[in-house]
Amino acid sequence: MTENTLKEKINMNGNNSIEIDCAPNGKPLNYKILNEEIHQVINSGYKKIILNKVCGQRFIGASLQGDLEFVINGVPGNDLGIFMDGPKIIVNDNCEDQAGNTMNNGTIIIHGDGGDVIGLSARGGKIYVKKDVGYRVGIHIKEYERKHPVIIIGGTARDFLGEYMAGGLVIILGLKILPDGKITENDYPICGNELGTGIHRGKIILRTNEDLQSKLGVGAKLFKPDEDDLKHIEPYLKEFCEIFSIPYKIITQKPFKVVKPISKRPFGGSYCGQIV
Amino acid sequence: MSIEHNIPNYFRVKIESDHCKKCKRCVSHCSYGALSFNNEKIISDDSKCVACNRCASMCPGKAIKIVKDESCLPPHGNYSRRIRNIIWAQSGTGGVLLSATGNDRPIRNIFDDLLLDACQVTNPSIDPLRETIETKVFFGRKPQKLDFTTDPIDPNKISLKTEFLPHFEIDMPLMVGHMSLGSISYNACMAIYQAVNELNILAGSGEGGLHPDFYEYGKNIITEVASGRFGVDIKYLQNTVGLEIKIGQGAKPGHGGHLPGEKVNSMISQTRMIPKGSDALSPYPHHDIYSIEDLAQLISALKEATRYKVPIGVKIAAVHNSAPIAVGIVRGGADFISIDGFRGGTGAAPRIIRDHAGIPIELAIASVDQRLRQEGLRDQVTLVAGGSIRYSADLIKAIALGADVGMVGMPVLIALGCRVCQQCFRGLCSWGIATQKPYLVKRLDIDVARNRIINLFHAWNEELKEILGAMGIDSIESLRSNRDRLRYIGPNPRIADILNVKHAGE
Repeated sequence: MTENTLKEKINMNGNNSIEIDCAPNGKPLNYKILNEEIHQVINSGYKKIILNKVCGQRFIGASLQGDLEFVINGVPGNDLGIFMDGPKIIVNDNCEDQAGNTMNNGTIIIHGDGGDVIGLSARGGKIYVKKDVGYRVGIHIKEYERKHPVIIIGGTARDFLGEYMAGGLVIILGLKILPDGKITENDYPICGNELGTGIHRGKIILRTNEDLQSKLGVGAKLFKPDEDDLKHIEPYLKEFCEIFSIPYKIITQKPFKVVKPISKRPFGGSYCGQIV
Repeated sequence: MSIEHNIPNYFRVKIESDHCKKCKRCVSHCSYGALSFNNEKIISDDSKCVACNRCASMCPGKAIKIVKDESCLPPHGNYSRRIRNIIWAQSGTGGVLLSATGNDRPIRNIFDDLLLDACQVTNPSIDPLRETIETKVFFGRKPQKLDFTTDPIDPNKISLKTEFLPHFEIDMPLMVGHMSLGSISYNACMAIYQAVNELNILAGSGEGGLHPDFYEYGKNIITEVASGRFGVDIKYLQNTVGLEIKIGQGAKPGHGGHLPGEKVNSMISQTRMIPKGSDALSPYPHHDIYSIEDLAQLISALKEATRYKVPIGVKIAAVHNSAPIAVGIVRGGADFISIDGFRGGTGAAPRIIRDHAGIPIELAIASVDQRLRQEGLRDQVTLVAGGSIRYSADLIKAIALGADVGMVGMPVLIALGCRVCQQCFRGLCSWGIATQKPYLVKRLDIDVARNRIINLFHAWNEELKEILGAMGIDSIESLRSNRDRLRYIGPNPRIADILNVKHAGE
């Protein structure tokens, strides 16, 4: 892409911010072209990038580092923020699958529904989703030293929530946030089956009255939240409420349940190392 | 006494008291606890001996010999000693039996049934000592054809128009297979990376991340993105010459990974970026890959993440449908494919999978090569084949069957002192290879180990040249898929059909 054609598609807003039309003449850009444009504007020194008319383009924000902010108007495609290390992405719509895949650091805020497999293997950062999400959310997120991934879902989740979890925090609030801003309790179950199956570190917190015992996966155990748990989640919840304009007192109207691993080594006893 | 204790020993430690100086060196070197000193003499608990031969090697008086235990079980042609031992072990513990290294069942090796051609009269052989024989290989995606532009003013000025996709050059058709820090020790990793750097060949990082000390060897390291995504961050993506999505491993097709928490010390924790003492579990599948389309998506994601600078490949285990899977992988955008045969090694795998799943690499290379050819895709990608390439003869046969590069693991470890005791999963390797215990790791001298690997591969490369010269071929790339230079002498002509190799005499 030459510099001239690039300039035609982008609007400079001054103060380090720039807009990119992702569907010029109504035709969505190929993801490779769009991501190349994003790299070019970053190299030119822009810090805030507003992407308009995004329509399923994949890998937005892939492996980007540093103090960048993206505002996405439209629906971004799979693997939003994959391998990302630091930037903030705000999606003003729904989002396709695997947002925050293997993310090292950064923030993804989705003002709509998320997809499946959110935060796959993420090692750090935050992913906040206003509405509902699909299957295998928070799978294999892991913590390391000061890195501690946090995923908060305003609505509900499906099966295999927090599968193989190796650290970090997943919170499901079970709210329903209507387009007019009214907030009610979500009618759907808070999560599906195989909750936390294979979890060996970290915790999953669910705001619900449901009996979750029958949904628990292998190696997961239900607890009542203790003071440390509540203290741990409070700052994240307050931040979540502020972002999505949810009165914090609504959150406290229902009790929390906590899913934690029974062991750091859930499958340690399944094997036999005898010489044969 | 429980029945379990009646499992007959495999080995016996024979100590000749005349030669024993009672220095107790053997006791301190035995990491399996088989030897002790009772203030009078060295005594052995043969049930713990794994025949690693460390004691025998270290004994200054050469007083120790490990021998096969001569006690016998009632003979039975079907219930072998091995089968009986498996049953005793499982009925004692109730667990899934673990194993290490590659499949040890005496299944006929197809490489051994292949013979190489040589020149006589009608085309001359080449003397490799005096003439150039190329063993370098170009790794990555290759253009189908080259386009040139001619200068309109000066027609003698011709320049290349084709844009090259990411690829690089290695000096020998060799790659040390993926062995992670965790499965093997820091010293073993360091020796391997220094050796491949010196030889300008490749090594795989395994799926356990890349320790910062190894970044400087990155131009010879292919890093692996596996289902656990351990240690995958931006530095990992940048300090590499190629990235490989690990779908499967020959020793355990379809299985995930499981590094036990006790092996996750602070160094492993730092490299894998997981907490100390936690199990490192690699899920069985990648949960973002349930189809070829999903695989293509991760290939594209890695290309995006590395800004299209390095080749992206996919490793699969050799299984029944490898050929169509490989086609999907190439169409999905991979620049190289690694295929790991059923004899491929592992640090730990359930014995049932290691011993019974997958197919021989010889058949997999041949069928993948053939299918890619039929689809017009073969020349676009580099095909890496491993899973028991034991010595240069296997390597050359693998190349003649269709591989570009041979992936080698066990021979490297054997060069470092491994005695193939197959206890890697216990983390007690007395040779300092498959262990994380500092007192064992320091037994492996990095410089000595590096030089032994360099020597080994230097010798292999010279042997490649010898055999290429004898065939009258002056470049290893001209041997690739050159099956006419192979003949089959095994018992099953159907194998020759699948390999597309003629029978000897034809």
